[in-house]
Order: sequence, then C-alpha cells, then structure tokens
Amino acid sequence: MKRAFKATFIEDNGVRHTIDVPEGWSLMEGAVKHLVPGIDADCGGACACATCQVYIDPDWAGKLAAKTDMEETMLDFAPLVQPNSRLSCQLRMTEALDGIVLRIPKQQH
Amino acid sequence: MSEKFVIIGAGQAGAQAVQSLRSEGFTGSIAMVGDEAWPPYQRPPLSKAYLLGQLERPRLFLKSDAFYAEAGCELLLNTSATAIDRAGRTVALGDGRKLTYDKLLLTTGGRVRKLKCPGAELPGIFYLKTIADVDALQAAFVTGARIAIVGAGYIGLEVAAVGAKRGLRVTVFEAMDRVMARAVSPAMSDFFAAEHVRAGVTLKLNTGVEGFEGSGRVERIIAGGRKYDVDLVLVGIGVTGNDDLARAAGLACSDGIVVDRNARTSDPDIYAAGDCTRHHGREGIELRLECVQNAIDQAKHAALAMVGKPRDYSEVPWFWSDQYDLKLQIAGLARPTDTLVQRGDPAGRKFSVFHLRDGKIAAVEAVNAGQDYMIGRKLIAEGKAVEAARIADLSIPVKNLIG
Repeated sequence: MKRAFKATFIEDNGVRHTIDVPEGWSLMEGAVKHLVPGIDADCGGACACATCQVYIDPDWAGKLAAKTDMEETMLDFAPLVQPNSRLSCQLRMTEALDGIVLRIPKQQH
Repeated sequence: MSEKFVIIGAGQAGAQAVQSLRSEGFTGSIAMVGDEAWPPYQRPPLSKAYLLGQLERPRLFLKSDAFYAEAGCELLLNTSATAIDRAGRTVALGDGRKLTYDKLLLTTGGRVRKLKCPGAELPGIFYLKTIADVDALQAAFVTGARIAIVGAGYIGLEVAAVGAKRGLRVTVFEAMDRVMARAVSPAMSDFFAAEHVRAGVTLKLNTGVEGFEGSGRVERIIAGGRKYDVDLVLVGIGVTGNDDLARAAGLACSDGIVVDRNARTSDPDIYAAGDCTRHHGREGIELRLECVQNAIDQAKHAALAMVGKPRDYSEVPWFWSDQYDLKLQIAGLARPTDTLVQRGDPAGRKFSVFHLRDGKIAAVEAVNAGQDYMIGRKLIAEGKAVEAARIADLSIPVKNLIG
C-alpha cells in the first residue's frame, strides 16, 4: 500500500474536509475521491479546464513546486483568482506537504 | 411515491448525471447500468498516461465507490441493457432483470469503428476504447516491437507518441493526406506530423490499408499496395454512437440519438447525453461530439431537465490531446471556409491557429499556448468581432485582442 498524507480542504462556507491523499497523487485527485465539494475537475487532471482551483494557506505556499507556464495561463482565466491560487491537479502529494491546508473558491465556473 | 431514474451507460456522462441530479435536489432512486466491469472512469488517459504506465488504474476512476453509496446510486455493472419498453416504462437487462423507470437517461457512449478488410480478425490487431482494450494491448506493446497504427487521428497519434517513448518501432498509416485532418488545420497537421517524424515515427500518408496476413497472428499489414512486417497493429479509425437500443425502442436516431437543447429524446421521459447523442450545436448545426466537454455539459443539462429545471445547452465544445511534451487544446468547431490566422511560430513549439468566421473567432487550436486557447474559448462564447491583424501580432498580448 502506498503511503498517504493528510490534506485539509476548507469550503467557502467554512466546512473542513481532512483527507488522506496517496503519495504521488494530485491533491485534486484526492479531493475528488473523497467527495470534497467544490473541486469540479472537469477534465480529470489534464490542466485543460481550470475547475480545480484552490487557495493555498500562506504557511504552505513556500513548500509547493513552482507553477508551470500552462498552469499560470489557465489560472489567468479562472474566476475569483487570488495571488495564492493554484490548480490542485498540478500539486502532487509528498511527505513535505503532509498536513497542507487549502481553501476552495466559491465557484469554479 | 418516490421517483425512479435509470441511467444506461456508466461513463463520464453517466457519472456527471448522478452528481448533477443530486446537486439539483433529486431525492428519488437512481440506478446506473454499465456493460463494463468498472464504475465510470476517465477514457482520455487510456491512450496517454495509462498506456505509458504513468497512471495506475485506481486513478482512472472518476468517483470513489463512496460517491455512489453516498449518492444512493445503485451500480449494476457487467450487464447491458437489451431493450426499452416505453409503454411499460421498463428496461430489460442482459442478465434477465427488469428495471422500472419514471425517467430514463441514455449515456451509452460510442464504440470503435472496425476494419473490415481481409485479415482484420487476426489476433494481434487491437482497438482502444476501454481499460480492457489497453490491458490487452500492453502485453504486446513492448520495446522493439514493430507496431502499425491505422489512422492518424487523436488515438492513433497519442499511441504513436507513447510507442515512440517506449521504444517501439512505430509506423502510422493514414488514408488522408494529413494527420488529424478531421480535427485541426493544415498548419497544425504539418506541425504534428513533423514532431512525430522527429521522434522516429514513420508516417505513411495517403496510404489506405488493404488487409493483413499472418498464420494465427498478424505478421504483415498490406497498405498502399505494399506489405510491411509487423508485430502488432492498433486501429484508431473513429467511433460510432451507440444508438441501437434507442433505435430499437423507436426513438429518433441519426448516427446518434437525436436530442433537443434540453437533452430530451423524441420520448419526453427519455433523455440522452454524451457521445451517443446527435444534438443541435450552438450554431444550430446538428452534430455528434465525442469529447469530455460534451459528456459533462450535456449530462448537466439532462439532469436539469429531468428535475424540471431545463436550460438550453449552447456550450462551446473543447478538446485536448497530449503527444510527447505537446499539449494541443482546441475550442469551438472549425469549418473549411473559415479564415485562418496563425499566432506565434511553430518552430518555437508554441503557437496557435485562430479560425475566423464573419469577423469573429469560431475556433482556436493551440499548442503549448494555454493562454491563446483560454482567451479564444472565451471570445468564441462572447461572439465579439476581432481583427485578424491583431491576432497575428505577438506584440499585442492575447488578453488585449479586443480593445
């Protein structure tokens, strides 16, 4: 069995979901598998739809891999984007991210 | 009494419908019937990361088992629907069971078009549509093997790219004069053809397949009047909509189940969504789309109509393909008469082709240019006029195309 680490998604209404995400999976995949509401992920992780946006808690921002050009441009067109926005399909779970906290925007479309 | 909804077809559209029915407040029962062994899964990665071995099977599934349990959706897998009795409002299943319904949703998807030439039934000739198809292909898909790919569409070229990466000797046979001819402009075809050749793939354009030979297993492909030795063959020559069940039930069909803008068939209690439908596109033209976008959006619209909140479907279609390190993203539907405007230089492996119609953007194809794609998609939806010269001018940021 793969190792898994914790991630906490907080909905716009404040509801918290702490889930296990297997190492190497994207945080989006973890959220979808655990029925976290508000992560639409229409394209299934191909970085083609920008519907899995999350806001990264400031404590964790420095621990993430940098955005690719593609993620950057997809985020340009997502609604409600903030400086700490990321696409959760592009964030891979690692030991360093164990315990990461992410907030979910009010809408993805 | 609580209403019963039945969904036939356990794919992307079916899964979306379950989610949307519940989020739109449907409280009755839902049963979903699927003829594969698996609950709904993503098909796009099958010819990409899954074939490459970079995505393990559990990651293909669109929802967890818990999702269906929580949604109160009964999954009836490994069984197909064999007949719809519209008067009695029942669906007969292959295992002898009968399901009654108040409303029915058909998300039956498509099936691969098969070659009919001599030798087409030989073992070692593969198609790619399901997990089982890829798992069968994997055993022969080994380094050094000579693979003939029939058809240079999305599936054929994605498999060619994976094959080249994994050290197979790849030859692609295409009857038309360019690759992805149905999907992209000539400039884009030329770019992708060159990329495949650079990766070591042999491309045989204008080369129709006449047959296969082999004793007990495919050993040669006959194409363009020549014979080529092969170890395996992958055929990707398109998909037909699964409308047989609907047709047999007397529903209007025409290469696909005909639906209106609310995803309703000619029977007001039967809806259809995804690859299996023929619908009116946003431009008023009847079409059948094979893509994730249509599966998702049409399923959402079907769910809305089924719970009595119909909304007209007019979303901009979008598509993507991953080949090597190239991400091709397409929005809108091109026509041969469109005016083409290129932005960026293919030599930089990052460019796009905009299709203009009546001064507006009708479609965009972008390679490694997500911004052009996303802007294009937005402008297609908004239908605003854009000057061709501004599109081609890289000194104008794509965000400022209108202005």
